[in-house]
Amino acid sequence: MKSLEDAKLSKQDRFKAVPMPKQPPEVRIRNFNEVALGYTEEQAIKEAERCLQCPEPKCVLGCPVGIDIPAFIKLLREGKFREAIRKIKEKNNLPAICGRVCPQETQCQMNCVLGKRGDPVSIGRLERFLADWEREHGVEIPEKPPSTGKRVAVIGSGPAGLTAAADLARLGHEVVIFEALHEPGGVLMYGIPEFRLPKRIVQAEVDYVKKLGVTIKTNSVIGRLFTIPELLKDEGFDAVFIGTGAGLPRFLRVPGENLCGIYSANEFLIRVNLMKGYMFPKWDTPIRVGRKVAVIGGGNVAMDAARCSLRLGAEEVHIVYRRSRAEMPARKEEVENAEEEGIIFDFLANPVAFHGDEYGWLRQMECVRMRLTEPDESGRRRPVPIEGSNFFMDVDTVVIAIGQTPNPLIQQTTPGLAVSKRGTIIVDENMQTSIEGVYAGGDVVTGAATVISAMGAGKKAANSIHKYIMNKK
Amino acid sequence: MFKILEKKELAPKIKLFKIYAPEIAKKAQPGQFIILRVQREGERIPLTIADYNREKGTITFVFQEVGRTTKQLGKFNEGDEIPDVLGPLGRPAEIENFGKVVCIGVGVFAAPMALQAKAFKEKGNYVIGVNIARRNDLIVFEDEFKAVCDEFYISTDDGSRGYQGIEFLKEILERGVDRVVVFGLVPVQKQICELTKPYGVKTVVDLMPIMVDGMGMCGTCRVTVGGETKFACVDGPEFDGHQVDFDELERRRRMYTAEEKIASMMYEKFGGCKIE
Repeated sequence: MKSLEDAKLSKQDRFKAVPMPKQPPEVRIRNFNEVALGYTEEQAIKEAERCLQCPEPKCVLGCPVGIDIPAFIKLLREGKFREAIRKIKEKNNLPAICGRVCPQETQCQMNCVLGKRGDPVSIGRLERFLADWEREHGVEIPEKPPSTGKRVAVIGSGPAGLTAAADLARLGHEVVIFEALHEPGGVLMYGIPEFRLPKRIVQAEVDYVKKLGVTIKTNSVIGRLFTIPELLKDEGFDAVFIGTGAGLPRFLRVPGENLCGIYSANEFLIRVNLMKGYMFPKWDTPIRVGRKVAVIGGGNVAMDAARCSLRLGAEEVHIVYRRSRAEMPARKEEVENAEEEGIIFDFLANPVAFHGDEYGWLRQMECVRMRLTEPDESGRRRPVPIEGSNFFMDVDTVVIAIGQTPNPLIQQTTPGLAVSKRGTIIVDENMQTSIEGVYAGGDVVTGAATVISAMGAGKKAANSIHKYIMNKK
Repeated sequence: MFKILEKKELAPKIKLFKIYAPEIAKKAQPGQFIILRVQREGERIPLTIADYNREKGTITFVFQEVGRTTKQLGKFNEGDEIPDVLGPLGRPAEIENFGKVVCIGVGVFAAPMALQAKAFKEKGNYVIGVNIARRNDLIVFEDEFKAVCDEFYISTDDGSRGYQGIEFLKEILERGVDRVVVFGLVPVQKQICELTKPYGVKTVVDLMPIMVDGMGMCGTCRVTVGGETKFACVDGPEFDGHQVDFDELERRRRMYTAEEKIASMMYEKFGGCKIE
């Protein structure tokens, strides 16, 4: 390891991250193009130079899929981009996505030694740089392994399903993904907006998974078209992986919630992202956003909905969150981006009713002020309403982004599948459900979480499925 | 891709398609629906399944050309392929031996009603079929519907054929029936539910609000039933009509009227071509 003294870098360069080029806020709120533009080769190498190449790297411990981070950074700064991306892909099949949407500040980058005195190495940005470099210079498809003759059905083509499918295909199994929507990608397509994760990037990663030999069947809703017992018995699959995510929107359950102009975050984002509502009428699905918008919630989904609203022409967009800034679960970078763009944050407030006009359209939101008390089971301080503190906000559009739970269709149509009180599927340490040969991972097991943790779960499940089907009979 | 095997014009702007969709045909049941898209840029629209043939792998649906998507769909011909068809969606209708069942199909909804009437008949019910349309020339599926009913009535809004309006239903209700099932647009479903309520007969309605995904993800189709919010796509589409808040449902159905007009106008003006 080079000591700080004999490193080529000045102290300032060592502790200061190379900034990410971005579209300026006043420009980007008028378009749906990607906000962060990505490092150039020079910028990437300069940022990679900052890495101390710790002999016992802590960053790796923070990565849910265990990428050998110092190794890929070393290759990157030597200009060996091809070798560097190969190193990432040993563990992660979807780096262009992870580099953009992982919460690095609470994972790999949180553990970076440099972070103690300055900026941690921008691991996510470097990962993104390499993935983008590879896409432009030709993606390498690993050689197909000999077929094992085993077949695995993967339900859902989101991060968990794509990862599990890719890993299983690379082990020589025949994999079929069943996707209920008309486009593969799950939340990457319908949930995360274009300006944060361009859909051509998702499509490129999906194409990569297809090139590994995976078949993707769209418009196939499991539970209706086939049930899991049918997949195992009639359709000849040796194992099933459930990666159906958390697709069921939560509502506030307060009066007036069904007024026109109130969306679940899922509806809002599906209309905008999957159905390209921002291109109406060139694309057929409309989305209606008024002058003044309030988004309820403090997670990434809330940030996405707020920033979409702005781009759809809203004049004033509020984030209304019942706790305070410190408890917001959103990724730090997205909160900063939202603030730069002029989103107004109203903390410690919660809607209690919505009021409409005689045509059933939303006009006003009634909120109550909240205060924080002792921490609850999530470790965050629990908000309680302050009596008599009700106030009104004139709003045209409200988006409710207070979380999602798993869609119950599979649970309802699979006898013997153990499910928790929260509707999540219960798995053992190998990601196997209560049914032999049926595995699950991602949001359907944990409740709504992150893309990378779903990928980690998909990876782990693929490993277990491989062991299971190779030892079967 | 889903190939169109048969196309029939049943009435002005009302068309029947039989498509090849073996996996859906294998599972479809009365009361369920599909969601389709007509092009890459297309919206997702729900349509009730009007028939299926498990052996031949076909499903049938009937639609009226009212909006942008149905207008474009109407231009598809036999041999053409529909890019996306998802289904079968929704809970199957509750089909049991109830006794005397009145099956009311309004307009294009006479087609899926005929399928359900047949299922009621097969369960041993005495089936009273009612086919309602605005005018005589808009009555569809009459023969198929009539064939599966013990009694069959026709009614038109303008009286151009059969009874005029829905008042005559009272005579049937007074004889004593065990269940009424209504497929149609919201305003007429509401009227019929108001009419049956004093008789205390269970009246179920099939609801088709605006939907996007059709499998419980978005909540666009939420409807208040007995004071509770339900998703028509997964909790329905069949609900107790005496519990449904029809006014809210109708307001929500009109949410995008302005946009629908724009899209429809643009389509009529520029046809299938896209404005770049």
